[in-house]
Amino acid sequence: MIVEFGHFALILALAVAVAQSILPIVGFFRRDPALMAVAPKASLMQLLLVAIAFSALTYAYLVSDFSLVNVVENSHSEKPLIFKISGVWGNHEGSMLLWVLILALFGAAVAVFGGNLPQTLKANVLAVQGWISTAFLAFILTTSNPFHRLAEPAMEGNDLNPVLQDVGLAIHPPLLYLGYVGFSIAFAFAIAALIEGRIDAAWARWVRPWVLAAWIFLTAGIAMGSYWAYYELGWGGFWFWDPVENASLMPWLVGTALLHSAVVMEKREALKVWTILLAILAFSLSLLGTFLVRSGVLTSVHAFATDPTRGVFILAILCLFIGGGFAMFAVRAGTLRQGGLFAPLSREGALVLNNVFLTVAAGVVLFGTLVPLIVSAFGGAISVGAPYFNTVFGPLFGATLLVVPFGPLLAWKRGNLLGALERLWAVFAFAALIGLGIAWLNGATHLLAAVGLGGAVWVLVGAFAELWSRARFRQVGLAVGFRRLAGLPRSAFGTALAHAGLGVTLLGIVSTSAFQSEAILEMKPGDTATVGGYSVTFDGVRNGAGPNYTEQVVSMTVRQGGTVQFIVEPTRRFYTTRQMPTTEAGIRTHGLSQFYVTLGGEGRQTGSLVVRMWDKPLVTLIWLGALAMMAGGALSLTDRRLRVGAPKPARQVAPVIVAD
Amino acid sequence: MVMTRKTRRLILIGTVGAVLAAAVGLVLFALSGEITLYKTPTEIVEKHVTEGRRLRIGGLVEVGSVIRQDGGRVEFKVTDTANAVPVTYTGLLPDLFKEGQGVVAEGKLDQTGLFQADTVLAKHDERYMPKEVVDALKAQGVWEEGQPGGPKPPTAKN
Repeated sequence: MIVEFGHFALILALAVAVAQSILPIVGFFRRDPALMAVAPKASLMQLLLVAIAFSALTYAYLVSDFSLVNVVENSHSEKPLIFKISGVWGNHEGSMLLWVLILALFGAAVAVFGGNLPQTLKANVLAVQGWISTAFLAFILTTSNPFHRLAEPAMEGNDLNPVLQDVGLAIHPPLLYLGYVGFSIAFAFAIAALIEGRIDAAWARWVRPWVLAAWIFLTAGIAMGSYWAYYELGWGGFWFWDPVENASLMPWLVGTALLHSAVVMEKREALKVWTILLAILAFSLSLLGTFLVRSGVLTSVHAFATDPTRGVFILAILCLFIGGGFAMFAVRAGTLRQGGLFAPLSREGALVLNNVFLTVAAGVVLFGTLVPLIVSAFGGAISVGAPYFNTVFGPLFGATLLVVPFGPLLAWKRGNLLGALERLWAVFAFAALIGLGIAWLNGATHLLAAVGLGGAVWVLVGAFAELWSRARFRQVGLAVGFRRLAGLPRSAFGTALAHAGLGVTLLGIVSTSAFQSEAILEMKPGDTATVGGYSVTFDGVRNGAGPNYTEQVVSMTVRQGGTVQFIVEPTRRFYTTRQMPTTEAGIRTHGLSQFYVTLGGEGRQTGSLVVRMWDKPLVTLIWLGALAMMAGGALSLTDRRLRVGAPKPARQVAPVIVAD
Repeated sequence: MVMTRKTRRLILIGTVGAVLAAAVGLVLFALSGEITLYKTPTEIVEKHVTEGRRLRIGGLVEVGSVIRQDGGRVEFKVTDTANAVPVTYTGLLPDLFKEGQGVVAEGKLDQTGLFQADTVLAKHDERYMPKEVVDALKAQGVWEEGQPGGPKPPTAKN
């Protein structure tokens, strides 16, 4: 009964979405406030209905309702509670329902928090959201309905894919979808601006928090996905240039560009057309990502339960929204008036350079991801992997990173490059010293690593140059300097933190890639092996069992210079329902580094196992850097510039700030 | 320094052009050397495949062909049921690597026709076959649509 209730709610949600798609737009053209007022109510109603549908499916999973096809195929009565919940979106149908739920959530958020939006803009934005909802709800109901019943209920379910039975599944997809779907708001704002033919600095101010929020979630989703793949797949790598990963990286790159171009638009009313284009592009790439993941057109190691027939429907949605978005852009972009002028060497100029690099980088990733498809259309078969992406993306993104510290130091309109250089020379000298030191310590074999680490230090320390120079410690002394710092807007700290995060991530990537030590060997109980200054003793194997699996836990003692450092326990599990083995790597974090042990099959000698071990220096910095970027984004989000009513001058709003 | 609108535009176009040119150059360079060709075992055995080129082969792990050597080295054969290619790999095989299962190996052929793999991929999902494997098996006419896990695995031909 509850399931039917959910199913019915989902159908109603489609009806509401259709109304939300049409009525507000009609209201806009007829100047009818009553019709436009439908939009916020419809989007709240839609959230309620989709939430009911989602809860009904979750309920079916919780009580293991094996009369539902979806539950039978992806759940098991003995599956732990958390995986019963996360299993809701661990399959195609459920993950699409989560997608729509998040879409409805963002729509409702605009309705609730968009109090200061002009009514016409709000109506149009929510109507565009309605179009997207309509398309995806129709997709779910016609091709991917999670509420299908079985004529005869099954006794037991097939269990969830063991690789997915991990907390990663509970966190990663929702975060990633919050990012992907968050860009739909930017898209809706862009289309609404094109419909109205009017766009100004206020538009950028309204849209920026949404872009920033989406960007934070996407960063979190990508970082979380990377760490999950790192510990779950047992390859010891953090990025594989897999199509599905690229699918999330592309909207991130374009979203980052959008974030920066929106700043220019807000401050200087320039780059309007470009910002609109980026907003359309970011969401288009998000849709492309959904399509690539869901359709299985490209061979991916991360794709689960794909179905090419359903991919065609998503492809149609993709063409409709991307094609429609760009067509509208082509027709209407000319009506937008261009804004402020600026010299090439200025804050705007630097942000334009950032945009050029980021979009070109996204372009080469897109090309590398899709070229196997293009070639296969002509009968060939190639695969494009890490070597291509490292060769092409590495230098482009490296160049982007090197210019990052300059941007915030240049003034708006006309910047002074010499002045910026003057303030950065100390940072440069420090970074060069670090690079040279590493080159000297490691000899000629690690020249690239020395350059990379020097570059990372440059980005990391250079990120704080703006704060340093604005505090003017050297001129005014410590006390006044700190007072000056405290007076700076939070967005300045956000920028510094996010940029420093890039340096931190780069530091982690370079040091892990260049200085990790690795060993692959056969070990049996009693054996000792050495990996990068550690000696590892295979103590023994013990058998255990979990709720839906049996396991062999291998215990290893890791010593350094004779003293015991820690114990690692890589584990092999066997999931009985699916008859599927998995390996859980044994990972110990020491400082910022990690010791990583994973197991292969049985070795040649009886009782021995094939073991692969790594010592990965500073590997955690890769994800800590992402955390810093997210924190920087969050800090900018709390900047009062984004919280207060956009069109009102700051003076009038100031008392409100004091009051809260 | 007074700049006209035209100069500014030229500088912008120049910058965009320079970055694009660098990107295109890098892409072309990468395409000439860093692209992995995908081959089926039959193509490798029957046609002349240049050794030393980076290749990706897909097929089924031939039943009875997996031999474990010292130091984590593994030898096995990848077959599309018509022909098989011997593969050697040092490292940990994926959990779902099994005889009769679909697999994709990436690496280079050596002079003796042995495929030196540096990467071996199997799917996360035991119900799903790599698309490349399906294509290889379809080319041999042994793929039946809708069959979970693909066709009956062939046994080793010794």
